[in-house]
Amino acid sequence: MTLNTVTEAVKSGAPAGAAKPPLLSIQNLHVWFELRRWGFGLAGYVRAVDNVNFDLHDGEAIAVVGESGCGKSSLMKTILGLNRPLKGQVVFNGRDISKMTGKDLRWYRSQVGYVQQDPYGALAPFMSIERILEEPLIINGVKSKEERQQRVRKVMEEVKLFPVDDYLTKFPHMLSGGQQQRVVIARAMILGPKIIVADEPVSMLDASVRVEILKLLRGLQVSHNLSVIYITHDLSTVRYFSERIFVMYAGKLIEKGMVNDLLGNPQHPYTNALLTATPEPDARNAEIFQEVPAGEPPSLVTPPPGCRFHPRCSQMIKGVCDVEIPPDFEVSPGHFSACWLQKPQ
Amino acid sequence: MADQKLLQINNLKLHFRTQSGVVQAVDGVDFELDYNRAVVILGESGCGKTSLAKAILRVLPRNVHTYSGSVVLDGTDVMPFSEEQFRHDVRWSKMSLVPQAAMNALNPVLRVGDQVAEPAMIHMGATKENALEMARKMFQNVGVPADFLVRYPFELSGGMRQRAAIAMALVTSPRLIVLDEPTSALDLLTQANIMNVLKRIKKSFGTSYILITHDIATSSELADDVAVMYAGQIVESSDAHRFFTAPLHPYSRKLMASVPRLRAEVEPEFITGQPPSLINPPKGCRFAARCSFRFEKCDQEPPVFVKEGRQVKCWLHQ
Repeated sequence: MTLNTVTEAVKSGAPAGAAKPPLLSIQNLHVWFELRRWGFGLAGYVRAVDNVNFDLHDGEAIAVVGESGCGKSSLMKTILGLNRPLKGQVVFNGRDISKMTGKDLRWYRSQVGYVQQDPYGALAPFMSIERILEEPLIINGVKSKEERQQRVRKVMEEVKLFPVDDYLTKFPHMLSGGQQQRVVIARAMILGPKIIVADEPVSMLDASVRVEILKLLRGLQVSHNLSVIYITHDLSTVRYFSERIFVMYAGKLIEKGMVNDLLGNPQHPYTNALLTATPEPDARNAEIFQEVPAGEPPSLVTPPPGCRFHPRCSQMIKGVCDVEIPPDFEVSPGHFSACWLQKPQ
Repeated sequence: MADQKLLQINNLKLHFRTQSGVVQAVDGVDFELDYNRAVVILGESGCGKTSLAKAILRVLPRNVHTYSGSVVLDGTDVMPFSEEQFRHDVRWSKMSLVPQAAMNALNPVLRVGDQVAEPAMIHMGATKENALEMARKMFQNVGVPADFLVRYPFELSGGMRQRAAIAMALVTSPRLIVLDEPTSALDLLTQANIMNVLKRIKKSFGTSYILITHDIATSSELADDVAVMYAGQIVESSDAHRFFTAPLHPYSRKLMASVPRLRAEVEPEFITGQPPSLINPPKGCRFAARCSFRFEKCDQEPPVFVKEGRQVKCWLHQ
């Protein structure tokens, strides 16, 4: 199965999915972390996620792209139910997860699989692969040993860890990085989740293995009708492995759109800067200097007023960009950009 | 001398002793580097590229089994040098290293400026004031504001720390800098910035680089020449223009095909299989097991063939 046929399949399914209520809906989400002075009095907030809204449909893959420190991991952890939002809602299948406790929360977590960034760090070094994969089943009350073993075998075949018997008794350090990441994916898949959250799943892997793991994730997405949230800083892989892209900067989603719209016709100056800085293997690169916006991302404790990118933006409009926060302007159907330059005339 | 190269490496070997046997991390590497050129050494993890950097700079761990070959720097073979002489005359003063994750290699309890000035004091005999002045100039060259000299590493962002590490390698004005994965832990925009800094330094100081990386797309930002390393050996070396348009070795081709392109409609592919063990490398071509062009001759180790000035270690190009 090539990726193009996958994309076609997903695309043809998209309109039908769009009519249904979204699987996951993020509304007005604020994840702020308290800063305390001397352990008491509130000294301020780190505004890691600031007013984020989006919907995720059945079987859809979205990519959240941004630099480190832009809040993409905080967003992901809130979706996984590891952080509590200050304001706003994460609605899964019509239920707000931020208010869930105990049993409900455990059920929700079985519906959302998590693929960590560093596979070696994510796997307990003293557990065999079989034990690692069995663990979620034990916790979720699958009592019969036989059933557990069957499910472990099935999921290992799905992530192509062949022959299964060779791997069952191995320990994580005996596997290569790519194989370890397969185990992590298998663990995320074993409870039959609806959503997979993958936090930079390939950034620790070799270039030649990266594509293999991404293709595996893409294949699982299609065969199980999974929704995937793919968090990354690498724009060049996004194109092949997701339908929609959200660009995040300093806690806000600044541009959202379908892959081809956003990459073919980027609107926000920050998106443009990211795209320009993404290199292609071409010897001519060595002869030119790249245009890079000066400065660094702002502090999330005291973000700049107005658009958060304005201090680094070359097209800043004085008196507008540094005063008022830009809303999402719809550039074309489904393509939004939070930039005053896109304000309809 | 017109044809004298900055660096000539012949049959360099670095083998390590381990519990399971002798690991042939660098196994007979030859290459040359001219003045004011940048060579990129590409390869997957475990192919021996970091060991090659260590072998060139003689930063060796304890479990060395074999360390042989010749490293000719500026016309002098530095291999017979004693450790003391090498430290005194070669390392830092003629070539310096920006190690992997250099930004985390800074001493957390010393001010950044003092750390950057230190090589100048030790290797050039500069006084503390002079050395700090040199560090200040280097900070300017790499784009770190001068008031960062008195800050501690934790007060700097990752990109700034990486620049400080590059400034430290530059402060003694060496002819050659070995950069081991200088941008792999950094963000896209920071990465582009660091690449710009390296280009500017190369232009204004005439420094040569050996850039060790697995990131093919980023490496093209700096490369004049490319050498591809596989299982401890260099399998192809070529000028960058011809390499990036048409690599010769089947492994290089697959490596290039695995790069996801942002601007071209090409689907990336992956390389099946795994690199061979370096303890017991296969007899013939080391890539044979994963190669789709394999034929009988591949069971004999291929010599290096020269094709229009490009070198490739593959029987296909006999």
